[in-house]
Amino acid sequence: MIEYEKLLSSTIQQIKPSGIRKFFDLAENMEGVISLGVGEPDFQTPWVVRSTAIQTLEKRRIIYSANAGLMDLRREICKYMNRKLGLTYDPKSELIVTVGGSEAIDISIRAVINPGDEVLIVEPSFVCYSPIVRLAGGVPVPMATRLEDSFKLTPEILRSHITPRTKLLVLPFPNNPTGAIMTREELEEIAAVLRDTNILVLSDEIYSELTYGRKHCSIAQIDGMQERTILVNGFSKAFAMTGWRLGYVAAPAPIIRQMVKIHQYTIMCSPTISQYAAIQALQSCEEDVHRMVDEYNIRRRYLVDRFNEIGLPCFNPEGAFYVFPCIRSTGMSSEAFCEALLNEQKVAVVPGNAFGDSGEGFVRVSYAYSLKHLMMALDRIEAFLASRKGEHT
Amino acid sequence: MNELLHLLKQNARLSNEELAAMLGTTPAEVAAQIKKLEDDGIIKGYSVVLNDELANKDTVTAFIELKVTPKRDCGFEDLAKTVMMYDEVESVSLMSGAYDLAVTVTGSSLKVIALFVAQRLSTIDGVLSTATHFVLKRYKEKGIFIEQEPADERGMVSP
Repeated sequence: MIEYEKLLSSTIQQIKPSGIRKFFDLAENMEGVISLGVGEPDFQTPWVVRSTAIQTLEKRRIIYSANAGLMDLRREICKYMNRKLGLTYDPKSELIVTVGGSEAIDISIRAVINPGDEVLIVEPSFVCYSPIVRLAGGVPVPMATRLEDSFKLTPEILRSHITPRTKLLVLPFPNNPTGAIMTREELEEIAAVLRDTNILVLSDEIYSELTYGRKHCSIAQIDGMQERTILVNGFSKAFAMTGWRLGYVAAPAPIIRQMVKIHQYTIMCSPTISQYAAIQALQSCEEDVHRMVDEYNIRRRYLVDRFNEIGLPCFNPEGAFYVFPCIRSTGMSSEAFCEALLNEQKVAVVPGNAFGDSGEGFVRVSYAYSLKHLMMALDRIEAFLASRKGEHT
Repeated sequence: MNELLHLLKQNARLSNEELAAMLGTTPAEVAAQIKKLEDDGIIKGYSVVLNDELANKDTVTAFIELKVTPKRDCGFEDLAKTVMMYDEVESVSLMSGAYDLAVTVTGSSLKVIALFVAQRLSTIDGVLSTATHFVLKRYKEKGIFIEQEPADERGMVSP
């Protein structure tokens, strides 16, 4: 009999499957569950984008594109970034189109990490950074953010984690799962810490379009930071295009050159149909994005208000489509809370610790759902809390 | 559209407290805005969307196309006003295209509606012809799904 454990890569065997997985299995096997657990938009991809994809299928041969992506798309992305952030990138040498934000993160990390390099990862955050760093031979160093700081990275926390081996800072704002954002002033303070070092920044800005009340600011906009920033973004959240698998990285040419090699040998090119459709999204979907943002904002305000009212304190998130209420008052751990809520009221939310240890005591609630759905789910959560209170007294 | 109207169109039964939370304002401000919208004649009323098959099995609805000839002293406006006076008539709209007035009529049976059209509508002075279309099934009304909402394909939990 083959002993697979001895044959399989020890690096990958040591990596745990995502903490969300276990919860997914529980919820998936239950009847009548209302979920608030999904990390993708409830909106349809704008029709004009879908129809462009249909026309592309009808009229073109779907062949490989250039490795770094269709030149027309790269140009449109650079124009878009200029419009949104005032940054200038050369579509020929400073941009690569990837298979979603996920590949963008992967090749960004692989392009810069040598074995033993330390990577500072803001937590709580999306689940992929640490495993990818490990796969690249790097050492993930989590940096916990705190509710008191509205889950922002402070210069003090950053400074206290920097060592001579620090290679990269992963800066994921607007943040999944907390909904926190970083303002220009706060990014200035982070930049001030980094400026005299050799540390690069991987700025994951996949939720950049989804901010409420103020415009997104990228750390690459701060003086002197563009040359050390690897900026990751994509079409999934902004244009409700998750399944199209399209993201991109903008970074200094020497970094992109290395990334193109990884992409070339592992992926070849991003899906060509999606690339044609994405050109259309950038050219004509600004209004659709605004409409989605307005709708998310209504839901966000409702949830924050309601969670605070029912006794789960919830800080005011200014980005993404998540709220991150604190459940400590119930005396339960995040996982116990989520399991009990699922079993008793059939509402699925995600335990905060799935996004790093610092998420313990919180749960992630997605508002990529209709208001009607959210109101129904919140009624159930309220009933859940009421029944618990009864038990304790 | 103003966000308050947008929300009320989806669900006019949201409380002022809920609306205030969603809009980031106070219940008093919401109440004042709604009053102004009503006073200005922008909000004309509040209604309910029913699944007629469950609520009232005997109701029949028809869309009726009316072709009319406007005459001196009796334009489209006057004809529309005549038509809308009937209780059976739920809606009247002036249309561009192949016919002039679109009329929605409800009644207790096909026969009742057919007779209403024959005896009341087609006899109005100026009405040239009518075409009656009975509603067999309604799928969506005022943005609300009458039968089952489409299922969420996204699964329960994802990062």
